[in-house]
Amino acid sequence: MVWNVYPRDLMAELERLQRGYPQSLDHNASIRGSGRSRYPALNVGGTPESVEIYAFAPGLDPARIELLLDRGVLTIAGERPDDLPRDDARTAVHIGERFAGRFRRVVNLPEDADPESVAASYRDGVLHISVQRRVASAPRRINVT
Amino acid sequence: MNNTQGERGTDEAVLMPAVDVVEDASGISLVADLPGVAKDALRLHVEADQLIIEGVLGLEVPDGLQLTHQEVPTMRYRRVFTLSNELDPERVSAAFEQGVLRLRIPRVQQAQPRRIRIDVG
Repeated sequence: MVWNVYPRDLMAELERLQRGYPQSLDHNASIRGSGRSRYPALNVGGTPESVEIYAFAPGLDPARIELLLDRGVLTIAGERPDDLPRDDARTAVHIGERFAGRFRRVVNLPEDADPESVAASYRDGVLHISVQRRVASAPRRINVT
Repeated sequence: MNNTQGERGTDEAVLMPAVDVVEDASGISLVADLPGVAKDALRLHVEADQLIIEGVLGLEVPDGLQLTHQEVPTMRYRRVFTLSNELDPERVSAAFEQGVLRLRIPRVQQAQPRRIRIDVG
């Protein structure tokens, strides 16, 4: 984490502090980390029929997002160009919080996720990946006799 | 005027969009990340000397979705910046594409240097 010696925006600093929370506080700790401070931020959820992943990845060329699904592990990778100019005599960078550079985030899919039926779309800077669950694992009521 | 913070009395959490702010001789460029906000859900306004950026996340989610892991916890973005008076809020230009807002706030066009009157008592 990079700290500004002279903070220019208190709220931004506070948010940076918040992002720097020890990951051990995350009760849902994953071996790959909580990724709270990473780009893109992820929301992951599901319905009985599908697993839904939302990656908040603004400013990307959708054709250049790399999506890989391998043995139940979904990897989202790519690169966001750095459009921040260098500080010089004519330009001053007052705030530089936006992520730039290569990124990679990994999501463990549940066992019933079907790697053969995945759909991905990119809209308003959010990458939405929908993975269908195998039909066999749709919930069944078991009668007790 | 709308109370964009939600119902009065509730302190609804808002997301603070990450920004870059760069200044050069002719003005300030501001770039903000607001992923998930459609063009018509972005609200940009200047009140007195404050520039206010607000947006509402509009994700289409399937019925019955239950989130198990959530790094984006709320639906609203909001961030306020105080402008200084050499900037011209009337001529702000904005572009919004794929969740990235790009604002240009030019300096006031008066080329002549400001004259400072000194009263001698």
